[in-house]
Amino acid sequence: MPSLKDLKNRIESVKSTRKITKAMQMVAAAKLRRAQDSAEAARPYAERFNEVLGQLAASVAGSDSAPLLLRGTGKDDVHLLVVMTAERGLCGGFNANIAKLAKQHASELLAKGKTVKIITVGKKGRDAIKRDFGNLFIEHVDMSEIKRVGYADAQGIAKNILSRFDEGEFDVATIFFSEFVNVVTQIPTAQQIIPAKFDVAEDEGAATVYEYEPSEEAILADLLPRGVATQIFAALLENGASEQGARMSAMDNATRNAGEMIDKLTIEFNRSRQAVITNELIEIISGAEAL
Amino acid sequence: MAETMQFNLVSPERSLMSGPVLSVEIPGADGDLTALPNHAPTLTTLRPGILTVQTEKGSEEYIVTGGFAELGEGVTILAEKALPRGDVDQDTYEALVDEAHVAYGKAKEVFKNEPGPVDDAVKLLHDMVAIGGKIGLDPKQPSL
Repeated sequence: MPSLKDLKNRIESVKSTRKITKAMQMVAAAKLRRAQDSAEAARPYAERFNEVLGQLAASVAGSDSAPLLLRGTGKDDVHLLVVMTAERGLCGGFNANIAKLAKQHASELLAKGKTVKIITVGKKGRDAIKRDFGNLFIEHVDMSEIKRVGYADAQGIAKNILSRFDEGEFDVATIFFSEFVNVVTQIPTAQQIIPAKFDVAEDEGAATVYEYEPSEEAILADLLPRGVATQIFAALLENGASEQGARMSAMDNATRNAGEMIDKLTIEFNRSRQAVITNELIEIISGAEAL
Repeated sequence: MAETMQFNLVSPERSLMSGPVLSVEIPGADGDLTALPNHAPTLTTLRPGILTVQTEKGSEEYIVTGGFAELGEGVTILAEKALPRGDVDQDTYEALVDEAHVAYGKAKEVFKNEPGPVDDAVKLLHDMVAIGGKIGLDPKQPSL
């Protein structure tokens, strides 16, 4: 049976833990709002961009002059996995879920005899994957210095990937990130970015026929690299919102658990305090009776 | 009342303007063009330049660095980077020109025997420097 003093100390320490988790939850909530706002602000651009690109792609598809980014290299041997995770932990299963999906993907590809290369964005994902697939890493992008993800960051990553593609280092690129649904639900997602894939909207039977300035191919060649950057940017923003959402619910849980623990410990503390008092009374009474 | 059309100017990070306009002057890759309501559907890429939007309240100007414009029912500009002209001061402008300079330097290094990308970079730099002349800012760098 722990002494009264021990119990008191434990209650104090759990209380301060609760204070920390509560603070973290509130910080995450504030950051979540900001992350959601920027994710929403970026949406019109991404949607419109993909729409136009999809239309263009559909009209050039099949022709031999289509850019490699759209057509692919014609091979399917070397896969590049870009795993995007957070720089910090304490956000529930957020990092672990993305890493799990990426690892599963990697093992499947390896089992099929493909070559796999991995680029990690964010420290936590790298740590999680290092043990199993550390030998496949080709680069790590450090995001710890970046307070707020800007388009320039996404462009940097995209340039890196594109130059590797130009040099023929891989055939297919897939990004891994977490899609933000709401505070409690984030879905780890894999999205193929090279060669580009579009959900072609078939229902718009009479698609507008555009005039192109300069030529269709030239515009497409200009847009496709930007499309990669746009997709990465959208993924980074989704990831940012997901991270804060995951952290918020994780910290909310932790705060609640700490509260329950304090209640339990307080009851135990009161019980043992009463037991001590009763004991003392018994001693006094039996002492008096003995006289 | 003159005829208007829907206009959207969006950059990856935010939406800058959305509303009815009378006309839009667009710095297209192959030359400037002005879009009026009921323009034929056109898709064009942008070069760095000044985008002038005529609304019923007056005109507004934006500096864009690239992207593309879609003319259809209305006009949608998807700009890589867009700044209201009032927000562009000497420092931001110099940063833009510097960026173009760096891009040019890189292109020269990487594509030694391919004129294509280097020419593109030169054009970008020229356009960037030309903006300065139009808005009265000094590029502080020779235009090659």
